[in-house]
Amino acid sequence: MRNYIVRRLLQLLPVLLGISIVIFAVLRLIPGGFASGMLGIDATPELIAQVEARYGLDQPAVTQYLRWMSGVLHGDFGQSFRSGAAILPEMMTRFGVTAELTILAAVISWCIALPLGILAAVKRNTMADRVVRVAALLGVSVPGFALSILVILFLSLAFNYYPPLDYVGFFTDPGKNLEIMALPALILGASMSGSVMRMTRSSVLEIFRQDFIKTVRAKGASEWVTIVRHVLRNALIPIVTLVGMQIGSLLGGAVVIEQIFSLPGLGLMTLTGINNRDYPVVQGCVLFIAFIYVLVNLVVDILYAYIDPRISYD
Amino acid sequence: MTNLLEMKDLSIDLYRGKKIPPVKLVEGVNLSIRKKQNFGVVGESGCGKSITCSSIMGLLSFPLSVGKGSSIRFLDSEDQEVEIAGLSPAGLRRLRGKEISMIFQEPMTALDPMYTIESQIAEALSFHTRMTKAEIHDAALEMLRKVKIPRPDQILQDYPHHLSGGMLQRVMIAIALINNPRLLIADEPTTALDVTIQAQILDLMNELRESYDTSVIMITHDLGVIAETCEEVAVFYAGQVVEQASVEAIFHETAHPYSAGLLRSVTSLDGAQKELYTIRGAVPTAGNFAPGCRFADRCDRCMDVCRERAPALCEIAPGHLCRCWLHAGGEDEGKGVAV
Amino acid sequence: MRSFVETIRSLWKDPMGKIGIIGILLLIFMALFAGQLAPYPYDAIGMKFQAPSGEHLFGTDKFGRDVFSRVLYGAGVSLEVGIIAVGIGAGFGYLLGLAAGYFEGWTDRVIMCLMDILFAFPSILLAIFISAVLGKGIGPTMVAIGIVNIPVFCRTVRAAVISAKGLEYVKNAQSVGVKTWPILIRHISPNVVAPFTVQATLALSGAILTEATLSFLGMGIQPPDPSWGSMLAEARANMVRSPWTALFPLLFIVVTILVFNILGDALRDVLDPKLKV
Repeated sequence: MRNYIVRRLLQLLPVLLGISIVIFAVLRLIPGGFASGMLGIDATPELIAQVEARYGLDQPAVTQYLRWMSGVLHGDFGQSFRSGAAILPEMMTRFGVTAELTILAAVISWCIALPLGILAAVKRNTMADRVVRVAALLGVSVPGFALSILVILFLSLAFNYYPPLDYVGFFTDPGKNLEIMALPALILGASMSGSVMRMTRSSVLEIFRQDFIKTVRAKGASEWVTIVRHVLRNALIPIVTLVGMQIGSLLGGAVVIEQIFSLPGLGLMTLTGINNRDYPVVQGCVLFIAFIYVLVNLVVDILYAYIDPRISYD
Repeated sequence: MTNLLEMKDLSIDLYRGKKIPPVKLVEGVNLSIRKKQNFGVVGESGCGKSITCSSIMGLLSFPLSVGKGSSIRFLDSEDQEVEIAGLSPAGLRRLRGKEISMIFQEPMTALDPMYTIESQIAEALSFHTRMTKAEIHDAALEMLRKVKIPRPDQILQDYPHHLSGGMLQRVMIAIALINNPRLLIADEPTTALDVTIQAQILDLMNELRESYDTSVIMITHDLGVIAETCEEVAVFYAGQVVEQASVEAIFHETAHPYSAGLLRSVTSLDGAQKELYTIRGAVPTAGNFAPGCRFADRCDRCMDVCRERAPALCEIAPGHLCRCWLHAGGEDEGKGVAV
Repeated sequence: MRSFVETIRSLWKDPMGKIGIIGILLLIFMALFAGQLAPYPYDAIGMKFQAPSGEHLFGTDKFGRDVFSRVLYGAGVSLEVGIIAVGIGAGFGYLLGLAAGYFEGWTDRVIMCLMDILFAFPSILLAIFISAVLGKGIGPTMVAIGIVNIPVFCRTVRAAVISAKGLEYVKNAQSVGVKTWPILIRHISPNVVAPFTVQATLALSGAILTEATLSFLGMGIQPPDPSWGSMLAEARANMVRSPWTALFPLLFIVVTILVFNILGDALRDVLDPKLKV
């Protein structure tokens, strides 16, 4: 197992290297460079040249890339063009916000989706099943931002409640932090739960059809034992795969929810960076997000080995 | 009740929708199994033999169900009569794995791939008895020895995917017999195995039967298996019993043309046979039966009456039942001697 | 191979399929005849923030533009972006998948490595990133969403090609010297039609969602062009005062995605009964 993890981590290096080159190259293609963007209408060729020289943008692209990369390898992601602040610590703080949101949302979505998905499969073709399936279809079809707008609109019209705009860290004031996080996490969790519910239902149904379930019942197992010990355990692999992909994509991609609820997360940092043409920030964030994404996939693959005795990486 | 199991007028329904009447996949089956008897059930695939036996354990699931008016009575280990057809889920669970066990056709898929052999054997015990972990372990080990599994203490820790089909079928037999059930239903236990392994499994079952008080229902399409393991046989065709008799009578005084066809389509080892016999046509689909005998279209000796009136199951010799106009004293279905 | 007509017929028999077909037809009708149906041009300015009335069915927005007309024109933008983006994704995905599966070796490795890089980003972030590079407006948005869609199609086709190459008669044809290209294209096409169609329908709903999201974030379609996403973004600041400016575009986004998902599900049941549960 240890060998496998090491091998997988080594395999990640070329992918991450490729990603870093692609990001770096692509960012230089963005129309309207940083300097002209920052200077606005005051930009003169001299001023632009001055600014570019200051940030090393007049150097050949290869030199710029190598300088950036060697910094990254030493744990230095450089400074933001805009604010001059070091990027890595900022990214870590932001990541904390996004991670908290993602984990809360994921837990909420499991609490909704797993029981309901199992219920729908067990009570197949009944009213309960139909209700769950419609709910799941809605969950899959209603985009997170639409749900957010709807909820905010409803809360403000019905209860005159407005979600707080100033973010407070968990360790500064846990109560206040959770109050801020509750609404976005609930909304994100609800919209994630749609696909988890569908996946749970279909894979539970699939397992119910397997021969060994008949054996388990023939041994005199109760429905509860059959479902929890045997059906659920076997249905877990596709569910874990889906949940892993969701978490991986939320850790970097919760942009919309972060933007709507003004949560200073990683996605919002990237979006602001792109809008500001703040190259080092965008490079750093995107590389970091890709790293997190592939890491989550690795964790999912390792989880397989713990769930399913047939999978072994030795 | 002196018999271990009595099925009376058993029918099995296939649900098709709220407004459509169900299709009867199995109809009018009357069977009795005595204590310590080895009973064979033969028939082509789809003839209803497997679902009939599943109904004994209450294992039919939607869209299948036991039809109205059916009765399956079973004598449990405390000599209490139980009506399985009307039993609550809890009542069924008490019987399953304890009083009645079952082994299946595909050993490779019959065990949960996620758990060790030990924990799957242990389940059979823990659902019905209060034993400590150590006692369960010892019992499981002992049982594996009885089904002649080599290195049993190691096999207990293995997962199903580590074992071969033959080994897994032995494990299934161990699970089925560990509670010393009164009835064992073996649903084509050797069909999926290699020929050499088949013989080993049958020998093992014959051997174990001596040391247990278990009656066996052997479901198969292979008359060779019947000859080797059973005392009495029921031949199923299109959801009905068409002939029932002792093994000797079935083989030597074959009455029903279908049974005769089955016998002739078995390869014999003496080499006298020139060409393997096949019964022409295929089993008619349930719900589409023409009036008259269900075998008429495929029968070599079909008569006019066969296409008009359905024959009843009649006693043609002591203990020998047959559903055919060639033998009956002219009884229509429903008027025949119900056995 | 099932003909198109037969597929539509079995879809029509399924209640969900019927809802999907009717919904899509209504959307297409809205999109095609927005010019005739809409009472006002989408950028005509009038009285601000008027509540829905006989004159302005869905009210007016902060510039006094008729929300009903803008929503109608928005259907065209959504469908256009969705269809062309999925066309780009499916087309390039098909070619790349075919090449990767056919040549294997280095070609395969390079193509799949590129796909892995594209796959290593959350799709919405990738779309934002690409549209930042390409710029704003309808055209760049289509291309950006198209690129995001390439990997899924590429993988589907590659898998189909590789499994088709293993088939006996393809090997036989090869062994007697027939070129593999024609066989593969003729053979894998029918094999790939079912998963490809289902994927395309679901990708359409995904593409429409991505467009709405991008426009909502201010990256995609730019006002005054009518996009449901950007209408929603514009409405946000004043939505408590004039909820209709937000509610109607929102309703249409949700219903459109819902309709495509319903159709995709029904299509999967019809084309690929194995997957049905």
